[in-house]
Amino acid sequence: MEILSPSSLQEALLAKSETPSAVPMAGGTDLMVELNFDRRRPDAILDLTRVPELNGWERADGVIRLGAGVTYARLVAEIAPELPGLAIAARTVGSPQIRNRGTVGGNLGSASPAGDALPPLLAAGAQVVLASATGSRSMPLTAFITGPKTTSLEPGELITAVSVPVATGPQQFSKIGTRNAMVIAVASFALALHPERQAVTTGIGSAGPRPLMATAAESFLKGVLDEEGLWDTHGPILPAAAIRFGELVADAAQPIDDIRGTIRYRRHALGVLARRTLGWAWGDLRKGSR
Amino acid sequence: MNLHLNVNGREHDAEDVWPGESLLYVLRERLGHPGSKNACEQGECGSCSVYLDGALVCACLVLAAQAEGRAVVTVEGLNEGGDLHPVQQAYLDAGAVQCGFCTPGLVVSTHSLLSRNAEPSDAEIREALAGNLCRCTGYVKIFDAVRLAAMRAQGGG
Ligand SMILES: Cc1cc2nc3c(=O)[nH]c(=O)nc-3n(C[C@H](O)[C@H](O)[C@H](O)COP(=O)(O)OP(=O)(O)OC[C@H]3O[C@@H](n4cnc5c(N)ncnc54)[C@H](O)[C@@H]3O)c2cc1C
Ligand code: FES
Ligand code: FES
Repeated sequence: MEILSPSSLQEALLAKSETPSAVPMAGGTDLMVELNFDRRRPDAILDLTRVPELNGWERADGVIRLGAGVTYARLVAEIAPELPGLAIAARTVGSPQIRNRGTVGGNLGSASPAGDALPPLLAAGAQVVLASATGSRSMPLTAFITGPKTTSLEPGELITAVSVPVATGPQQFSKIGTRNAMVIAVASFALALHPERQAVTTGIGSAGPRPLMATAAESFLKGVLDEEGLWDTHGPILPAAAIRFGELVADAAQPIDDIRGTIRYRRHALGVLARRTLGWAWGDLRKGSR
Repeated sequence: MNLHLNVNGREHDAEDVWPGESLLYVLRERLGHPGSKNACEQGECGSCSVYLDGALVCACLVLAAQAEGRAVVTVEGLNEGGDLHPVQQAYLDAGAVQCGFCTPGLVVSTHSLLSRNAEPSDAEIREALAGNLCRCTGYVKIFDAVRLAAMRAQGGG
């Protein structure tokens, strides 16, 4: 096994084009487990931790360009007000030790259906930015993640960043697991309200082959808010509407039975998560905070 | 491959390292620092907790090559001129050590918590130590140790 340690993005992309089989490593919190348990023995590892271009973020035209190598800890410390949904999710990842190493780029690279960064990125309308030695391209998260642990990343490509619109309204995230810390989500849900364009967007996690949007639930809720003029009055959402929203979110899921939970439990949990996050987000809007 | 890293303020070289080795393996098996424990090798137990360039990490999840040229502080590096560090002393005094396997990791995590937050609430202690498992104590005495260390650092106790 060989270790490639580029110190710039250009070097990293060149190394990846010369050795396409090299496996990129950022925080290593997914990949090291596979190495330690001999589940994977790549010929080469491409260490990305010394590539400065991947380890920063910048804001331009209402969009945060978040480098693939930014850790959860930095995200929470530095960009929580701009990306509140993603920051709430980041706070729930693993433990302090994991959040100090694990990165958003690694969560995208692993593309686990349970990846906690994915539902809030979906709800926020994020674009994944990929680059190779010959150029770069970007695509919506829904196009990037093609199935459980599979992505549209080509062998010569790296994830360089994710572009996330700065929040214009409240965003929430919640997940269900056996305890508060250190759990892989049994089901998770992210919600974003966009008062300026009177829209609602969602992301479902751990209840399908990849993160899903609950589009019928989104348009139902938008209909209720439009019809009752609630975007302007910020008046209360009736419980019946919140319950229906939860049901439509549960319907949008494509869960499976596995060791962490059953199909029925996951759907039930999603209905609860959807109602709960809606209550929080609407409360945030009424308080005028985001 | 050969590695060069700073451990507890001293420069170290490790030779003939297999490139897939973790920092934990290199510390324990090549550099004579067995303080950090190996219990799960998958980031779940925190018994391998060390500082890497000042950040609390699981040494089992750091590729040793990623630590090349960087500074590592292990539980062995916390003591002050031969005396136990106040966090270490508090674990002893509170009776928070039974089999002791989790202790090095918990001591480093507690050290990290108290360096950021001198008077943590119980909820903050629970959150900060969520990545450290103990199979013996039931955590009550561990909480006592953290509170004792915090109180002593504030000049009490
Ligand atoms: C104890 C523990 C608890 C955890 N808890 C959670 C949790 O609560 N929620 C959660 O979502 N995850 C959790 N995880 C999983 C993991 O921490 C996250 O998926 C994390 O985001 C991975 O990031 P990383 O930088 O460590 O990835 P790495 O392990 O470095 O890489 C992961 C994958 O992405 C690829 N990759 C990384 N960067 C790039 C890049 N720039 N371009 C192309 N490919 C790339 C790698 O090749 C690899 O396939 C946990 C892991 C552990 C060990
Ligand atoms: S040995 Fe590293 S976390 Fe358990
Ligand atoms: S004292 Fe035995 S594991 Fe904690």
